[in-house]
Amino acid sequence: MKLFVKFDFNAVCTKVLTEKLDALDVKYNLLGFGEVELLEKLSSEKYAAFTNALSEYNIEIVENQKSILVQKIKDTIIDMVFNEETIVNVKTSAYLADTLEHSYGYLSNLFSEVTYTSIENFIILQKIEYTKQLIIEGNLSLTEIAFQLNYSSVAHLSTQFKNTTGITPSAFQRIITKRREIQQNN
Amino acid sequence: MNEDYIHIVLADDDEDDRLFFTDAFEELKITTKVQTYNDGVYLMDYLNSEDAILPNVLFLDLNMPRKNGMECLKEIKANEKFADIAIAIYSTSASEEDIENTFIHGANIYIKKPDNFKKLKKALSEVVTINWQYHTSGLNKDNFLLRL
Repeated sequence: MKLFVKFDFNAVCTKVLTEKLDALDVKYNLLGFGEVELLEKLSSEKYAAFTNALSEYNIEIVENQKSILVQKIKDTIIDMVFNEETIVNVKTSAYLADTLEHSYGYLSNLFSEVTYTSIENFIILQKIEYTKQLIIEGNLSLTEIAFQLNYSSVAHLSTQFKNTTGITPSAFQRIITKRREIQQNN
Repeated sequence: MNEDYIHIVLADDDEDDRLFFTDAFEELKITTKVQTYNDGVYLMDYLNSEDAILPNVLFLDLNMPRKNGMECLKEIKANEKFADIAIAIYSTSASEEDIENTFIHGANIYIKKPDNFKKLKKALSEVVTINWQYHTSGLNKDNFLLRL
């Protein structure tokens, strides 16, 4: 006698995942598409046991989703800052939320938790880094840089530069120039 | 979340300053491992030893007997092996000349020693956080200048 069975892969995998998660005795949410949110911290022993239990079914934990998402946030911000179109026309919170399909509040909390800094500070840091690069290249005046990075005025950029680095843009330029002279003489 | 710790080294001949420094790091939420040396000679001996674990951030007092902070800075900058270390000058001097001179010779950070513990904690936390960003976000370390 032959039997034919039909299975729903997704249902099977979800069932396995649920059983193994229940066995761990932690609170969790199944978010679908292979995404699981753990509501409490997993000890490394439990994590190892869980990985082991899943490997029996050839199910692998792909990666720590949080780190991946933080990296995506950083990449998105860097793209945005270094792109003339977006930096002028786009509101950061909406842009991040749209691009990454999570609420800005969620992204913002996650970012602070993992990187010890806020999204706002990270954006400022990136803009100041870009300013430094443009100062060193020497093709644009500070006024032009302020305009390109969408600052309301050159004074605003100067103040933010000073607040972030502790030195003024002109001191920065002087230091880097002198540093290069020393390096060339060595 | 981050399992790694940040490795910090301080060279300072003042015992109280070393103690405040170590205490301040213990109270920060970032996990750090702090080692201190009493002057520039001890510091350089350690850095040059074969089994030395190179620090992520090195704090240098400027005025030290035997070998001062500026001499250490120049030696470190002249050695390719130390290229990844971020260097913070940690000094009582607030002279513009000192500050600019250390930056020119390759220091990344200049901290004037704060007059109270709370400010010290804040300054050190800021240093470690920004350094972490340079470390994890692929920023250009040649342009890393911070004055507190």
